[in-house]
Amino acid sequence: MRQAYTILPVYTGDVSGVCSALFELGGMVVIHDPSGCNSTYNTHDEVRWYDQDSLVFISGLTDVDAIMGDDEKLVRDVVEAVRQTRPRFVALVNSPIPYQVGCDFAAIAREVEAATGTPTHYLATNGMHDYVRGAGIAFAALADLAVTEPDARTGERDPLPAAASARGALPAVNVLGMTPLDFAATGSRDSVARFVREAGLSLGAVWAEGSTLDELAASASAALNLVVSATGLAAARRLRERFGTPFVVGLPTRGFSGELARAMRASIADGRCRNACLDYRRAAAAGAGGPGAGGTPDVALVGEPVQMGSLAASLAAAGVASRVVSPLEDTAGLVDEGLGDEAVWGEEEVARALSGAGTVVGDPFFSLVCAGARLVRMPHFALSGRQWLHEVPNLMEVDLATELAGGKPQDGTTLDRPSEGEGHES
Amino acid sequence: MLSRVSPRRAPQAGGGAPAPFVLARDAALPRPVSNVLEFNAPVHGNWNIVHTGMLVPEAHQVYVCADNCLRGVVLTAAEMGASGRFSSVVIEEGDLLDDNLESVTIEGVSDVIRRLPRRPPVVMVFLVCLHHFVGTDVDYVYDELERRFPDVTFMRCWMDPVMQKTGITPEQRERKAMVDPIQALPEDPRLVSVLSDDLRLPEDSDVFRLLAGAGFEVRQLHDCATWEEYLGLGASTLFLTRSYFGAWGLAKMAARIGRRALYLPPSLGYDAIDAGLAELAGALGIDAPDTAPLRAEADAALDALASRLAGAPVAIDYLAVNHPLELARTLLEHGFDVRRVYVDAVGAEERASLGWLAAHAPELELWSTIHPMLRQIPRDGGDRWLAVGPKAAWFLGTDRFVNAIETDGQWGYAAILHLADLMRDAWERPKDPRGLVPRKGLGTPCACQLPL
Repeated sequence: MRQAYTILPVYTGDVSGVCSALFELGGMVVIHDPSGCNSTYNTHDEVRWYDQDSLVFISGLTDVDAIMGDDEKLVRDVVEAVRQTRPRFVALVNSPIPYQVGCDFAAIAREVEAATGTPTHYLATNGMHDYVRGAGIAFAALADLAVTEPDARTGERDPLPAAASARGALPAVNVLGMTPLDFAATGSRDSVARFVREAGLSLGAVWAEGSTLDELAASASAALNLVVSATGLAAARRLRERFGTPFVVGLPTRGFSGELARAMRASIADGRCRNACLDYRRAAAAGAGGPGAGGTPDVALVGEPVQMGSLAASLAAAGVASRVVSPLEDTAGLVDEGLGDEAVWGEEEVARALSGAGTVVGDPFFSLVCAGARLVRMPHFALSGRQWLHEVPNLMEVDLATELAGGKPQDGTTLDRPSEGEGHES
Repeated sequence: MLSRVSPRRAPQAGGGAPAPFVLARDAALPRPVSNVLEFNAPVHGNWNIVHTGMLVPEAHQVYVCADNCLRGVVLTAAEMGASGRFSSVVIEEGDLLDDNLESVTIEGVSDVIRRLPRRPPVVMVFLVCLHHFVGTDVDYVYDELERRFPDVTFMRCWMDPVMQKTGITPEQRERKAMVDPIQALPEDPRLVSVLSDDLRLPEDSDVFRLLAGAGFEVRQLHDCATWEEYLGLGASTLFLTRSYFGAWGLAKMAARIGRRALYLPPSLGYDAIDAGLAELAGALGIDAPDTAPLRAEADAALDALASRLAGAPVAIDYLAVNHPLELARTLLEHGFDVRRVYVDAVGAEERASLGWLAAHAPELELWSTIHPMLRQIPRDGGDRWLAVGPKAAWFLGTDRFVNAIETDGQWGYAAILHLADLMRDAWERPKDPRGLVPRKGLGTPCACQLPL
């Protein structure tokens, strides 16, 4: 049964995805939920909670409130919290029970905004989807609601390369889809920023790590949006629709970053959107005799499709064929069946997609469903949480081709287990 | 140091805004600080329903719920190294339209059981808030599962936090489900079982010593290696629990099989301890112990510690001890400078202590641990404080703290002596709260790697 998971965990949920996307922007996220969402989020889905004072709360919904439709309590509590903590905006987030009873969040948002003067919006999660959906909704809402027209700020959008060069200015690039859920390794943001500079471009806003809400709001002045995870794709499309800004999908992984930089410059020049990693892999496959010429690739990369697609492009650059298995939602257009890629759903489908692979690259949890394969451990915070947090790699520094060629084979059948009492002191 | 994300600092307590604390003299019941939106501090040493359920030998847990709700429990099991005893069934929107969630629950749980490498003798099925709200026919679900798997005992558990504040809590339901399969066996008049608790009752606790001294055999849930051994507890003449959450289900089970159950909360006041020991002795027909020497020993330990602390401010939280207000009173009576208690709700067991504090320590601050303003209040002023409990430590920003939950499993004067030892050690040997308090389920394995 597709929905039954005997041993694999689920990915971070949509509610946590919203929280992660908005964490650093000075707003308040209110999860209309009885309990648990907040603890789950700050324990397993957020690395910044201990040290940063982001306003993420739950409403503490009770059965009586839900049955009686006491939305007044939610309005009253949010208004009071806004007055106490002064957020720049409020995001109301749904969970299964309010979703099931049909809570009118749009009306609640209007009431809160009317009472406080603080921009308040409903983000339509329901707790039944993964973080790609949730963070995607949050970033798309920012693209719709927070990003201002270029004319309203500077009077013009960022110049194209020729004009920029004449002025000595560099075209700016926003980075979309960067949260710790996909980039938990220290230095990931710096690696992307360095790549942008070395590509002869300037860094705009990073959605959403290390950039302020005001910096995000100025995103329309950039010449290009770089989508580094699936969470940024919906926002990229909205910014394309609103401002015509082209976007490129890809992560500057080793061996592929040069191609990605060329794709970015091309998109700035011609205004077209590109999936650089898919384009590169398709070209490499064509050069090797066409897609599928060598049969199903022996190497399967399982996880977030932009990251794994970029690593697959790195492997293609080294002459290694591979395929991408994406167990996440909202990945349409990010995988290519012609390359052997698959978008899968549920534990059984993951196991089937990985069966036959000689080497699997992905989170250590996947070793539980690919017995016999060699596993290249690549912990993903959005799947395994803090279990192997210190091992989460900076993907821009991973030399996967070398690791596959000569790296030490890893045990593909077992997980690290805590010993009795490990990790606790009194 | 707290890094500021929000643009402005919260107003300080007072000034017309509802504050995250009240003084003891002004405290309302049962919630000294009224509920608004809820903050969750990164302090997770408490046990949750996954940890507790793992105590049932050979049990396999299956949660039937939405993705976002699953995440916390599935990773709890993973961090315990117990992924092999945990499965899940994901509810999707379409399931809400198909029927009242009976189909996805029955088929999902069945599929999990069939695919497990080994058939477990007992499966703990956790239904959730949604099952209540769509009116799932729970009896039908379990009847069908029991028909399909007659060799499996199903424990009817819930993860329904929507009922947390207004009804029987998930923790109470789980503990009841854990003892429901126990059936009456021929009674052993010298056997006493300790059930429904998270932490094992230490042999040097007052309760254990009283029982052992009177010739009773004490068996604990924690000592059962197999499901059969667990069911063997049905021979007990008396069932004990120290858990408020466990008392309800244990009493029902004992009544069902015609035995006695006793709830002995881990009190930290001398008279309450004596009352508990007398109740236990009365239930077994033995003499209550003379506690005068124990009182003297506790007095000496507390007086010595108070002298050692030399007036250092003390804060207590509800995670560390079951009765934080009672501990506050006991410490105040021995000369400690107790200034804060972190407690969100005051149960019936603590109301007398609150009355005493209101009269004798009216300036004592009772702090919420969930009030929204706590997110922004600086946490870097606690250098001189001793915190009894991980939440108090985090809120105060002190590295001198007792990292314990649930009175560290202790009971009676032994608990007071043990806490005094822990407090002295905490004062003399600072430790890193960042590396300790975010870990889940204190006392269980926890293979997590915390942010650096």
